[in-house]
Amino acid sequence: MSEFFAMGGYALYVWGSYGVTFACLALEIILLVKRVREAKT
Amino acid sequence: MKWFWYASPQTFFPLAGTLARWCGAAAGVLALIGLYIGFFVAPTDAQQGEAYRIIFIHVPASWMSMFIYVVMAGWAVLGLAFNTRLSGMMAQALAPTGALFTFIALWSGSLWGRPTWGTWWVWGDARLMSELILLFLYFGFMALQAAIDDPRRADRASALLAIVGVVNIPIIYYSVQWFNTLHQGASVSFTRAPSMAATMFAGMIVMALAFWMYSIAVVLVRVRCIIRERE
Repeated sequence: MSEFFAMGGYALYVWGSYGVTFACLALEIILLVKRVREAKT
Repeated sequence: MKWFWYASPQTFFPLAGTLARWCGAAAGVLALIGLYIGFFVAPTDAQQGEAYRIIFIHVPASWMSMFIYVVMAGWAVLGLAFNTRLSGMMAQALAPTGALFTFIALWSGSLWGRPTWGTWWVWGDARLMSELILLFLYFGFMALQAAIDDPRRADRASALLAIVGVVNIPIIYYSVQWFNTLHQGASVSFTRAPSMAATMFAGMIVMALAFWMYSIAVVLVRVRCIIRERE
């Protein structure tokens, strides 16, 4: 398990890419849901 | 299909909602499959070790960043040619998601460049610079749209910017062939078999499909907001 997260020593680069990508997509979804709510009222 | 029927925002509105739900669900399922293949099925790369696994984000995001721009410019052309209201709204809805994928392509590329090239960023590299210009084009489009109060005038002005900026897309795509760049050539093309293991290729394609479905869902939800806000 810890071997998986270590990514052969490239953990920073691999998880840095995936983490920021999913954070960006999540942020876009959150902002969009907020906009949908505001547009309805 | 009665295409012009759906060119009216009012008739497009419910269709967009249904499509968005299906595409959103498909995006979730495809992302899970893609990540599973990417992390548990695809083998470790002989040269790059585990660092290459960034490919499952980097390549699909880069494809989306270029493709969304072309679609946006296509809507801009339709808007100028037929003066349809929906066209400008679609272009406006596409821009933020396009900018997001451009940022993700640059970010993941930088994190991939560090362990493989030994540098985060190279000023003057044709591939990197043209992708950075793409990000600025998206920002310029959004800023212009926001700067003009009358939405129809804003649509026309930003449509012009989108159409002029489309020349950057072939420059990005062919930069690795035209210029001497640090960035490697395409591993996948229409004309020959992909130069990588089949499972790596599969993971990349499934992630690309997931990003497609995500983009369609998000853009359709956003265009529904724009329709509500404008009309």
